[in-house]
Amino acid sequence: MFSTCLRTTLRTSTNKFGSLARYESTLVIAEHNNENLLPITCNTLTAARKIGGDVTVLVAGTKCETAAKSACKAKGISKVLMADSDVFKGFTAESLTPLVIKLCNDHKFTHVLAGASAFGKALLPRIAAKLDVSPVSDIIDIKAPDTFVRTIYAGNAILTLKSVDKVKVVTVRGTSFESLPLEGGDAKCETVAAVDVPNQVQFVKQELSKSDRPELTSAKVVISGGRGMKSGENFELLYKLADKLNAAVGASRAAVDAGFVPNDLQVGQTGKIVAPNLYIAVGISGAIQHLAGMKDSKTIVAINKDPEAPIFQVADHGLVADLFKAVPELTDKL
Amino acid sequence: MARVLVGVKRVIDYAVKIRVKPDKSGVVTDGIKHSMNPFDEIAIEEAVRMKEKKIAQEVIAVSCGPSQSQDVLRTALAMGADRGIHVDVPGPEYQTLQPVHVSKILAKIAQEEKVDLIILGKQAIDDDNNHTAQMTAGVLDWPSGTFCSKVENNNGELTVTREIDGGLEVVKMKTPAVLSADLRLNEPRYATLPNIMKAKKKPIKKISPKDLGVDLTPRIKIISVEDPPVREAGAILPDVDTLIAKLKEGGHIPSA
Repeated sequence: MFSTCLRTTLRTSTNKFGSLARYESTLVIAEHNNENLLPITCNTLTAARKIGGDVTVLVAGTKCETAAKSACKAKGISKVLMADSDVFKGFTAESLTPLVIKLCNDHKFTHVLAGASAFGKALLPRIAAKLDVSPVSDIIDIKAPDTFVRTIYAGNAILTLKSVDKVKVVTVRGTSFESLPLEGGDAKCETVAAVDVPNQVQFVKQELSKSDRPELTSAKVVISGGRGMKSGENFELLYKLADKLNAAVGASRAAVDAGFVPNDLQVGQTGKIVAPNLYIAVGISGAIQHLAGMKDSKTIVAINKDPEAPIFQVADHGLVADLFKAVPELTDKL
Repeated sequence: MARVLVGVKRVIDYAVKIRVKPDKSGVVTDGIKHSMNPFDEIAIEEAVRMKEKKIAQEVIAVSCGPSQSQDVLRTALAMGADRGIHVDVPGPEYQTLQPVHVSKILAKIAQEEKVDLIILGKQAIDDDNNHTAQMTAGVLDWPSGTFCSKVENNNGELTVTREIDGGLEVVKMKTPAVLSADLRLNEPRYATLPNIMKAKKKPIKKISPKDLGVDLTPRIKIISVEDPPVREAGAILPDVDTLIAKLKEGGHIPSA
C-alpha cells in the first residue's frame, strides 16, 4: 500500500515521539480550477506524504468532477472527497471553511495542508481560527509530524518550530517540495454533502493575466526585469528572450510599482516565491525583499550595469553590461 | 458612519540587515532600528482616507507588544488615527505572541469598541505569517477581503479588489468585515511635524490581554533560528558569449 519511503517516515516519527505517537491523517485542500489541480497542489501532496499516515484530498468546487478524478490518480493518497456546489464559486474562504471544519470533526484529521498560494493563504488561517489552533505558514521542510521549518525576515533567518496544537494547519511552499505526479494511484472518490454556508462574500469576477508562457511559480526558467527596464514596452526584450528559453517572466517590486507589468508578476517577499533551475535577473539591483523570492534558484544570472548591485553577491554568473545591448545579443545568439 | 480599527505592528525596519543570535533563539532586536510594519502604514492610510471621505467616523489604532509599541501608535496617530490602544505584552511573552493570540485580542477590542471595519496589513515583515486578518475574521465570523488593492464603500457594502496569483479578483461583502492591505492599495502619507506634535496630545489607552480575557499560552516552541545557507558569489563574466558558454555548461540551454 504505502511506499517504502512513507513507511520509513512513519516509523521514525513514531520512534522519535513515543508518547505522542498517533496515526497521522492529513487533509490536503486541493487548489484547482474545477478542471485541473494546480501545480502547487502536487507539491503539497508530497509534503503531506512526508508527514506520513493517511492522506485525504478535498476537491471542493463547482462542477469539479474532472479535477477530483485527476486527484484520484495521485500515488499514495487514500481518498478523495469531492464537494460539488455552486456555493464554492470563487473558492472563497468563507464558503470553504465550514466544510473543512465539518470534515475535521468527522474524520479527526491531525493535519490540514494547502499550498502557500493566495488561495491557501486566504483560507487556512480562517480554518485555524475556527479550530482555535496556531497555523504554520509557508513551510520549507518537515522534520517530524509536529516540527516544521519556515523562513522569517524575508528569508534571512530559518525558523524551526514545534507546534503543540492538536491539529496542525500548515501551508506549504511549493518550490520546496517535489511535485507528486498524478499517475499510478487509484484512490476512491467519495462525494461529501455541502454544509450550510453563510452568504457573506459574493464573488463578482476574476481578471486573470493571459499568457502563453509557463506559469511563474512552476517554470524551469524565469527571466525577471526591474527598474532598469525603464518602461513596460521594454519588457518586450525579456518576452523575446523568454520565448527562446521557454521561460516565465517575472518582475521586481520596483517594476510593478512603476506600472511596467501587472502585480501578479512580482517576485519577492510579498509577491511570488520562485526556485527555478535558471533565474535571469535583468536590471534588478537585488534588494532583500526581492532576494527573498528567488535566492533558492539553482543558477542565478544577473545582468546589470552597476557592478556594485547586491544582486551580484548571489549571482552565479554576472554580466556588468547595458541590458539594452546584452539582452538582444543574448536572444540573437541563442 | 463607521468606526474603523487598524492593527499596527512594530517590526525591525525593512531596510535593516538582520542578525541571528549566536544561541539560535531568535534574531537580535536590541538597539536595532524599528518602525511600523510597511503593510500597516498602508492600512492606516486607507482608514484615514475613509475618514477624509466621511465614510468613517473614527479611526482607532491598536498595537500589541512591549512599551515601545507606543512609538508606532504615535506614528499612526500622526498619520491621522484618532486614538490608540496599546495592548501591553512584555518582552518574554511577546517572544511567543502569535497571530492566534493577536486575532483574539483584536476581535475582543472590535466588539468592545463596536467597530464596523478592521483593516490590517496582509503580513508583518518579521514573522512573514500572513495570518492575523484571516484569523480575526474567523474569530468574529466576519467576511474577509484579503490582499486588497482597491476598496470601494457603498453604504456599508464593500467592493474589494484582491490581488490573487493569476491577476485580480473582485468580491463584495457587507460590513462588519476584516480587510488586509496589499502593497498596491495606496501610497501612505508622511507624518508632518505639526501632525506629529498634535499626535502627542491624542489619547493612548493601555490595557493588558488579561483585561480582555485572552490567554497567551504559547502554541509553538521555537526550536532554533538560524542563518540561511550562504550562496557563494559567482564570477563576473566578460561578455554574452561567455555567459552562453556557461549556460550550456550548466545544461540550462542545449549545446548545439
